[in-house]
Amino acid sequence: MQAPIRIEVYMSAQERFRSLSALPLVTIGGRTGSLGGTFASIREIFHHREMLALLVRRDIKSRYKDSALGLIWTLVRPITQLLIYYIVIGKFLNAAAGIPDFAIYVFTGLAAYGLFSEIVGGATASIVGNAGLIKKIYIPREVFPLASVGSALFNFCFQLAILLVATIALNRVPLSWELLYFFPSLMVLVVFGTALGFLLSAANVYLRDIQYLVEVLLLIMLWASPIVYSWSMAKDVLGDTILLDIYSNNPVTLAVLGFQRAFWISGHASAEYPDQLLLRLVIAFVIGLVMLVGFQRVFTKLQGNFAQAL
Amino acid sequence: MHRVTETAAPTDVPDIVVVNDVSKRFVIRKDNSLKERIVTLGRVGKRHREEFWALAGVNITIQAGTTVGLIGHNGSGKSTLLKVIGGILDPTSGTVARRGRIAALLELGAGFHPDLTGRENVFLNASILGLTRTETEERFDDIHAFSGIGEFIDTQVKFYSSGMYVRLAFAVAVHTDPDLLLVDEVLAVGDEAFQRKCLDKIRSFQEEGRTIVLVTHSLGQVTELCDRAILLNRGHVVFDGDSRRAVAEFRDILEDRRQDEADAAPANTTVRAGRVLSATAGAIGRRAGASVEPGDDLKVSVTMEHADGLDDWVCALQIDNALGQVVYGTTSKRLGAVLEPLRGTRTVEFILRDARFGTGKYFVNASLMDSAGRHLHDFPQATSFDVPDYDLAVGVVHAKPEFIDTGA
Repeated sequence: MQAPIRIEVYMSAQERFRSLSALPLVTIGGRTGSLGGTFASIREIFHHREMLALLVRRDIKSRYKDSALGLIWTLVRPITQLLIYYIVIGKFLNAAAGIPDFAIYVFTGLAAYGLFSEIVGGATASIVGNAGLIKKIYIPREVFPLASVGSALFNFCFQLAILLVATIALNRVPLSWELLYFFPSLMVLVVFGTALGFLLSAANVYLRDIQYLVEVLLLIMLWASPIVYSWSMAKDVLGDTILLDIYSNNPVTLAVLGFQRAFWISGHASAEYPDQLLLRLVIAFVIGLVMLVGFQRVFTKLQGNFAQAL
Repeated sequence: MHRVTETAAPTDVPDIVVVNDVSKRFVIRKDNSLKERIVTLGRVGKRHREEFWALAGVNITIQAGTTVGLIGHNGSGKSTLLKVIGGILDPTSGTVARRGRIAALLELGAGFHPDLTGRENVFLNASILGLTRTETEERFDDIHAFSGIGEFIDTQVKFYSSGMYVRLAFAVAVHTDPDLLLVDEVLAVGDEAFQRKCLDKIRSFQEEGRTIVLVTHSLGQVTELCDRAILLNRGHVVFDGDSRRAVAEFRDILEDRRQDEADAAPANTTVRAGRVLSATAGAIGRRAGASVEPGDDLKVSVTMEHADGLDDWVCALQIDNALGQVVYGTTSKRLGAVLEPLRGTRTVEFILRDARFGTGKYFVNASLMDSAGRHLHDFPQATSFDVPDYDLAVGVVHAKPEFIDTGA
């Protein structure tokens, strides 16, 4: 082993005192609930961005460490889901009749839903899951839900790649202006998922029931969005009522529809979408942004007692 | 209880931590699921929660470059105070202000992930402790060398022995260049060589003008390392000042508590019946209360009583120095004494031939035990004796020193 080499010489006591004197005394904790607090939080998180990146990598690396197939497992679940829905819903229940390229249709919806579900599910468990760290070291606690968002996005990239390969293989390459629907849809999913992630991860510390509740709600979300059936089927049943508005304006539904417009070109001719989908997406995004700021404030309020509640 | 604050510091040294009237309330809930909470909603719910103040109106100012020990018995609030200073807990009321870079060592290797390699964990842990990636890269070889992990650095840490784990974690922590280091009991882990390394590092930290706040149960460490100690009892600062005096105060509190507990315990009658009544110590051939010179024969007499007779008993004696360190101990059992049953009052004597204690004050503790070593009754600090100043040496042992320069 090589001999230790001192790269730097630490400063003397007097120098340290002088440089400390130059620093202001900063009151810690008790961040305010105002908008200034939001900026302070953003600054703090930005300051810790390197650690955030490392936490994301830790999540990804540790999840499939020591498994022979590794990251391939992230794809097994959505592909299994795809096969089940394709065969059972599409063929047995004949939902595929009105939907051309049903496989692409389902996978598109599943990719959007999967991202949302992984963000919300992962973030909810993130604070409790990192209890060891939170109880021992101060770091802005927002990084833990955010790291879950990061690793969810990473997995999403894999699914997206598979989706694109599938469209190329089936000769349905989504090259049209409609592809731009992808971006607002993605932003709606991320913003809503992160906002809920902040709220639920904090609430889960005080009430562990939350994570089971979230599982159930996510299951409902899967079927409350036009993933394995089409929006027009829901419209036929619900009619042109307030129920349809509630159904359609669900952010996950909007994002799933946006994804389908972007990647499922077979539907351009036949499929029916709610009118002004883009406007709805933008409104959803703005609402999501307000929720994100609000829930982050709630998170800040609650996080002061994380260390003792865990 | 009284409160003493000593402030004597040069004005050009900045304050690094200012704790202003901090209180911390803990609420303990006995219902932790949604169902239970709904069932016990409202007034009934009040009965399911308990409140207590872990800290009450704590005011502390710490100057840069000092080493401060936080002492107090379990539950006195010292760890809570450390966490509040570290920003891990928010105070219920009051404020904490700080400057400079901080590293909290509340647990070595907090944030180590078992599935990542040592190298990956070093980067992760260093960034959690506030280093940038480039800084960690610069220091990586240092950290690696200090830890002594060698080639295992690229092995997953779950395969590490606990010693390797701790060494690596400590290596990372001390290379983060903190201005303020918070330490909670972590110095108590690892083998002796490692502990020595930790203490050496703490000493060089002190020399570099870093501030250290230390929570420990080792009072010896407090007197050895700290310039100042803060004694907490039930969330209040009871004493704040010189570490030796703080340790002495703490001993008093511990003794009071022990006495209270002993009184409160519904002990069985044999134990209640046996007592150490008194003890005296003095050099043979000198008047009572005179100093004990090295080389004297020290006589310790212990008087005990038992109301209804005790067949199986042992008298034990222990001598502590002023810091509470045990310097000597023996029992009648060790000396092979076969004792008649203890009935009524009885006085026994220990003669310590040719006793050579170092300079200072010594306390004698006497105990009545059974042959299995269970304490039936203790009389701590039953008596004391002094050993006069000796200019040629310090320490608890007396020996006549000579110095020769061999010139070679």
